[in-house]
Amino acid sequence: MNPFDAALFPEGTKRCSLKLFIAWNIPWILLLLWGLVGAVLCLYKGLNQTNMTDYFAFALWIVFDLAVIALGAGAFFTGFLTYIIGKKELKDIINAAVLIGFICYSGAIAMLGIDIGQPLRGWFIFWHVNVHSMLAEVSFCITAYLGVLAIEYLPIILENRQIQRIKELRLFGNNLHEIMAMFAATGTFLSFFHQGSLGGLFGVMYARPFAYREGFYVWPWTFFLFVLSAIAAGPCFTILCTRLAEFITRKKLVPDKAVQTLAKIAAYLTGIYVLLKIVDTLVWAYKLTPKAGLTLMDYYKEGPYGIWLLIAEVIIFGIIPAIILLIPKARQHPGWLVVACLMNCTGIVLNRFVFTVVTLAIPVMPFGRFVSYWPTWQEWGIALALVGYGFLLFSLSYRYLPLFPKERELNP
Amino acid sequence: MGKLSEHKGPKYGMVIDLDKCTGCGTCMVACAHENNLSVRPDESDIQRKLTWMRLYMVTNGEAYPKTEVSYFPRPCMQCDHHTPCVSVCPATATDYDINTGIVSQIYTRCIGCRYCMAACPYHARVFNWWDGYFPKGKGLERYLSPEVSVRMRGVVEKCTFCHHRLMRAKTKAYNEGRRELEEDEYITACTEACPANAITFGDLNNPEHKVSKLIKSPYAFRLLERLGTQPKVYYLSKKEWVRKLGDNYLPGEFKPVNPPKA
Amino acid sequence: MFPFCFEWKWDPDHFIFLGFLYLVLIIIGTGLGIAFLKTSAQVLGFMRERHFDH
Repeated sequence: MNPFDAALFPEGTKRCSLKLFIAWNIPWILLLLWGLVGAVLCLYKGLNQTNMTDYFAFALWIVFDLAVIALGAGAFFTGFLTYIIGKKELKDIINAAVLIGFICYSGAIAMLGIDIGQPLRGWFIFWHVNVHSMLAEVSFCITAYLGVLAIEYLPIILENRQIQRIKELRLFGNNLHEIMAMFAATGTFLSFFHQGSLGGLFGVMYARPFAYREGFYVWPWTFFLFVLSAIAAGPCFTILCTRLAEFITRKKLVPDKAVQTLAKIAAYLTGIYVLLKIVDTLVWAYKLTPKAGLTLMDYYKEGPYGIWLLIAEVIIFGIIPAIILLIPKARQHPGWLVVACLMNCTGIVLNRFVFTVVTLAIPVMPFGRFVSYWPTWQEWGIALALVGYGFLLFSLSYRYLPLFPKERELNP
Repeated sequence: MGKLSEHKGPKYGMVIDLDKCTGCGTCMVACAHENNLSVRPDESDIQRKLTWMRLYMVTNGEAYPKTEVSYFPRPCMQCDHHTPCVSVCPATATDYDINTGIVSQIYTRCIGCRYCMAACPYHARVFNWWDGYFPKGKGLERYLSPEVSVRMRGVVEKCTFCHHRLMRAKTKAYNEGRRELEEDEYITACTEACPANAITFGDLNNPEHKVSKLIKSPYAFRLLERLGTQPKVYYLSKKEWVRKLGDNYLPGEFKPVNPPKA
Repeated sequence: MFPFCFEWKWDPDHFIFLGFLYLVLIIIGTGLGIAFLKTSAQVLGFMRERHFDH
């Protein structure tokens, strides 16, 4: 017997029963509820509901924001490769990439709305902009890019079988598709700048030797490293999400060619990134740090954030996945590809964590103390709600929209 | 000693003599009174406490009987060069005033993103994690001053060198038909309150003011000078170990004032 | 964001930043506008419907 909502499924596809689908989404809805409670408390009672302090001005949410924005870079980069460079095979994965991007960015902005002390004043960042601030640049580009992502996601929604029957909506979706290259180009431009500016946030802090980097004109080297790491890890995250979807639905959803194109490009980008990151780390450790009167180990002499973090970020979750991805046989092996992608994404998340939390944990004044931090349940709730939101929206999109154009062909 | 920027007008700064400071904390209390700082029923959370002037206790690290203790009162440094907090604020809620050298904070514009707090190496900025607490009947509302705005939760605040006192002094001078201020007409609350007279406040650009003479002392230093923030709060100490704590030094980099004769 | 904020001063940095911002917003708006106008023209019969190849 056909599932109750079969009329909404993409043409010729099979989906599980509605009951099973609802049961599958219950954990994600619970996560969202947990986040909602946390959010209401923070908005009503204030940010004292978190464990953030005057020392830890940036904490779990900012780490999550930076991490998901980096991982969601697969959207703009795949769009760039598909529509601007012309890699046609990526058309089979671009929808999923756009959706992942949309989830990441909308979730990040929602979380930021709770993170700032005066959410109702959020628009001041646009109205009273300080154009020299990296954060202003970040906010403008992320907001504009979320608009672009929404415009890129909209045609996918309009391709729902029932919505397609409405002529106006079908035509609108088609017309959007035809000019998608223009949006992809705009998205690429916006993403380049905000991924970079997120790195610039920390690189410009010349009074924090741990984070500060020199650079090119107004852009510290972290600007370029963040862009590079985002376009290296973004495709890997897209691959991981696709593989997870394939694992859960027990179907092949994307042709190998698309995955391998992304994997190969990610391989080279990761390799270049890791090399440049090592150079940057050495310059920072042996030139910039002594200028501030410190040695590298001065940063790591107290607290849980030891030198192992640097080794983990750059070597274990940097060099190793780069090597695995660069070896064609490993890249083509399904198991090794997933391992490499996981390690690569972990490395990028570690990188974002180091620049936010560790930067703030390390005292700058000689008589300052190292401080530590652990999030409250309200913070965890809001952060994990993003995960729940992602799973929920992805599941809904997979069930009702032609998220994977080659699904029918690969599952006759 | 780095150069302050070339502007010819007044540049207000502070000199704190650490050899005179007893660590009594009167400066902190006076500042809190003057600037309508809120308190919590439980003030034990030091990392979320509202205080613009913060007193740090430092020690030379030696065992008894060679132990020595000193105190660093730390207001906002009012950094003069490419002020770290001003350059990063996305909503222009903080600004460097070229006419006075004071870094202001616009509470009604601050969106509470706390980027300025991350950028400030001196931890001079504090965040209102709670709404203000001035319970009636406990006397706390009696010290409220109408010259300083009260802050609601979600905004960042910091020492403003008692800017309202500058406004008060300028108004008084204007009413008396003059534009120039005398040296002692505008001083901060902490300067006025310090029982040991450890704090001196004035115009660093005015060669007749005490502060501009004191900063020429070989014992004068600033916190984290090497970073290049150009703070306008100077410290004086004849004790070498205290001066060493003013900045990070690699072995051999610190230059003593009276190097041992060869 | 607009030039009539009272402390606003146009300097090269503002020109560059807001120039790019308005450019991006105009491009996005134009794109949406084109799609909308084409759809209206097709619905009202002024334009032929083009079939989209995936």
